[in-house]
Amino acid sequence: MFKLRDKYAIVGIGNTEYSKASGRTVRSLATEASVKAIQDAGLAVADIDGMVSFNFNDSAPAMGVATEMGIENIGYAVDYAAGGNGANLITLAACAAIEAGLAETVVCFRAMNGRSGFRLGGGRDMSAYGVTQFTAPLGWITYPQAMAMWARRHMIDYDTGPEHWAEIATTFRENAIRNPRAMQRTPMTKDDYFNSRAIVDPFRMYDICLESDGACAVVITSAERAKDLPHKPVYIMGGAYGGGPSQGDDLFDAIRWPSHSHNCFKYIADDLWASAGVGPEDVDVAQIYDCFTYSVLMALEGLGFCKEGEGGPFVMDGRIKKDGALPLNTAGGLLSEAYIHGFNHVLEAVEQLRGDAGERQIEGAEICLTTAGAMTCGSAMILRN
Amino acid sequence: MNDLANSYAGPVPAPDPETKPFWDGMQEGRLMIQRCPNTGTYQFPPTTFCPGSLTTPEWVEASGRGKIFSWIVVRHPVPRDIFADKVPYVVALVELEEGCRMTGNLIGCDPEDVKADMAVEIAFNPVSPELTLPAFRPSAG
Repeated sequence: MFKLRDKYAIVGIGNTEYSKASGRTVRSLATEASVKAIQDAGLAVADIDGMVSFNFNDSAPAMGVATEMGIENIGYAVDYAAGGNGANLITLAACAAIEAGLAETVVCFRAMNGRSGFRLGGGRDMSAYGVTQFTAPLGWITYPQAMAMWARRHMIDYDTGPEHWAEIATTFRENAIRNPRAMQRTPMTKDDYFNSRAIVDPFRMYDICLESDGACAVVITSAERAKDLPHKPVYIMGGAYGGGPSQGDDLFDAIRWPSHSHNCFKYIADDLWASAGVGPEDVDVAQIYDCFTYSVLMALEGLGFCKEGEGGPFVMDGRIKKDGALPLNTAGGLLSEAYIHGFNHVLEAVEQLRGDAGERQIEGAEICLTTAGAMTCGSAMILRN
Repeated sequence: MNDLANSYAGPVPAPDPETKPFWDGMQEGRLMIQRCPNTGTYQFPPTTFCPGSLTTPEWVEASGRGKIFSWIVVRHPVPRDIFADKVPYVVALVELEEGCRMTGNLIGCDPEDVKADMAVEIAFNPVSPELTLPAFRPSAG
């Protein structure tokens, strides 16, 4: 279990423009976001001695970004081979590295040309090695096709479906309209949702997140050092990473996963809440990894906001809207803000807890949950101000 | 087109020491899965060590009978050049009688008529002289 409650804080955030075609190298995106985060923290590049990132062989290595920034004393540069599950793992890993004395002040980033370069959602390596032998030749290849299989099983078990997913998609779009960074700011009605193109049943186009070019970065340092920096520190209360039995070789290897009606969050929930010393009832606002609409239901259920199978009714009647009891994805989420592999959720969490979220601000927000991942393995954090 | 050798443009499985018996079985019209000699548990996909007991799994021919655990209907082809003339098609996760799940296309059934827990049986789908893919069809009974 994560045992560093409140010892480390996010002290700076930075991001590039989110676009469909950056026209730039991924490394330069990472460098821009990292430098902005360092400046936001009131620090200089020379103050950074650690860099952590995650990627799918589609990004710039931490060492390369440190080199472009001109950091001379980089002591800890690590790249995790991870999917969406990595977005909170790297921040927890940064805390661990500082605790171990491997670094003092660490930049965490995710950078990708996810639309103009390597498209995660558009396909995968077509070489049918490993478990892919049993999926790709059947035409079971893309992430939407993978998650649709899970969503169908939840429909079978609990009678959830498009009426619930439409609520999620339209709510997040409303939030994105309040967010100048968001890529999708045109209003979306429920009719728009239901009329959107069938991609892979049971998913329509608006069940599926965006593809984006861009980068996000944060700076993490000790709570003690954070006190001397310009922004209100956002403390990492707790966190967890992992999943349940039979996580498999990759996300298509959920063939033997116990039940497709719950994901990793059911298994890491106890550690997450215990590490932070709070429970779901204490969360003021949450940024849930919404690679697909359906994934939001599994996160809410798995983390105990409601029981398994009750996520559909739970999100209805305005509960997850900005003025609802549990505002979700206040920047628009991966569905409507951008898909920076979930790391953009961490930036929104920090802005909410600093009180800097402008039109999107949830009044009095003190505790924010962030999640990352949607299948057999994931990560989550509880942040506070 | 009847020339199977030239008609299959999809991903070709690369059998390895763990999976060759499965693919050989497909060519012979037999659905081969693994069983742990210690626990009697059946499993798919194959491994070299039985998870947990760490013994060597034995290969057995499965009944080929099962039920639909979950399914998708692919309508937007990816990659388009390979799957454009295949959509809509169904990929199913099937729970075999033996207790493990496996993957296959569903054939002989309109995509609109698929039902949860529908009884299915193995159908061998030769896509080229060298490759037979696993598929399922609704059970006759």
